[in-house]
Amino acid sequence: MMLGAAHADLLDLFLHFLTLSLLSIGGAISTAPDMHRYLVGERHWLSDTEFTSSIALAQAAPGPNILFVAVLGWNVAGLSGAFAAMAGIMLPSTTLVLAATRWARRNKDSLGVRAFSAGMAPLTLGLMLATGWLLAEPYLRLPAHRHATLALIAGTVLLTLKTRISLVWMVLAGGVLGALGWV
Amino acid sequence: MSAPAMEPLAAVQRPASLWALYLAFNRLALQGFGGVLAVAQRELVERLGWMTREEFVETLAIAQVLPGPNVVNLSLMIGDRYFGVRGAFAALAGMLALPSLLVLSMAALYGSVARHPVVNDALRGMGAVSAGLILATGLKLLPAVRRNPMGRTLAALLAMATVGAVVWLRLPLPWLVLLLGGLGMAAAWRGLNQGPGKA
Repeated sequence: MMLGAAHADLLDLFLHFLTLSLLSIGGAISTAPDMHRYLVGERHWLSDTEFTSSIALAQAAPGPNILFVAVLGWNVAGLSGAFAAMAGIMLPSTTLVLAATRWARRNKDSLGVRAFSAGMAPLTLGLMLATGWLLAEPYLRLPAHRHATLALIAGTVLLTLKTRISLVWMVLAGGVLGALGWV
Repeated sequence: MSAPAMEPLAAVQRPASLWALYLAFNRLALQGFGGVLAVAQRELVERLGWMTREEFVETLAIAQVLPGPNVVNLSLMIGDRYFGVRGAFAALAGMLALPSLLVLSMAALYGSVARHPVVNDALRGMGAVSAGLILATGLKLLPAVRRNPMGRTLAALLAMATVGAVVWLRLPLPWLVLLLGGLGMAAAWRGLNQGPGKA
C-alpha cells in the first residue's frame, strides 16, 4: 500500500491504465501481465501475493471481472487509487465503443457492417463455448474432484437449458456443494 | 385487431426509462458470479425481451472485438441504442456502481482474500457452475446462426474451429479475429451479395 499517495503517483497510475485500455481486447484481464510488471516489478506498490489475491477476490465477487482493476487500485492507494485505475482503464475504451456503436448503427444496412456482424457471430458462439471449456479444465485436472465436477457442470448445463431456475441460485448451490466437500 | 393477444415472438420490448436501464444492468451484474455473460443473456433476451437471440449475438460480436470487457461494452451499446449517451452511462453505472462498492468493501474487510480451505472449496464449486453456465449459454444461442447469410453448415464449422483454435492452439483473440473472423466475414459478404433476403 502506497501510504499518503502523492498526486503525482495517482496521476501515474491513471496514465498507465489509460495506455492499457485500448490494448484490452478480449477484456482487461488480457493486460494483467503488464499490470503486474508495472505495479509489482517496476513500482513495488503491491507484492506478488497482493496482486494475485486482488484478482481472485474480484472473481469471487459478483459483477464484471473488470472490477479486479478497482481492487488493484484500492490496494495501491485506497479509494482514490481505485478511482484512478478504473477511470484510466475505462475512459478510452468507453469512448471508442460509443463512437464505434454509433457508426455501426448509422451504417447498419451497409454490406460491410452486415458482413462483419454476421461473419463474427459464429466466432462469438465458439468463444463462449471455449470460455466454458477453459474455465472447467483446471477443475477437471484434479483427480480427486474430476467426476463430481464433471457431473456438476453437466447438471448445470441441463438445468440452464431445460429450466428457468435463477442462475445465481445455481452458482450459490455450487458453492455450497463445494464447501460441503461433495464436489 | 387492436390488442394482439398472441405471445410476441419478434416484438421486442424496450427499457421504459433510464432508471429501468440502470436497474436492469445492476440486477444482472449482481447476479454475475464468475462472469456476467450467461446472466446477461438470460435477463436481456429471455426475461426482459429487449433483444432477440440474434441481436444479442450480433451485438456481442461487436462488443467482443472492441477493447474493454465484452459485457461492459454490451451495456454501453444497449444503453446508447435506447437513450444515447445518457443511456450508455446509466447502463454502465448499473453494471459498475454497486458491484464495485461491494468488491471494495470485501477488499477492505479482508485486506487480501481469506485463504480458508472451505472458501477454496466453495469457490471451486462456484467456478464449475460458472463454466456450465457459459457452456449452456453458448449452446442455447447456437440456433441464432441458423439464418446466417454464410449458411448454417459453414457457420457451425466456423464455431467449432473457433473452439479448437482457442482450446487447443490457444490462439490470441486478435489472431482469431483476423484469421477465422476474416474467413467468416468474407463468407457472409459473399452470401449477402448472392441472395439478398434469402434466409
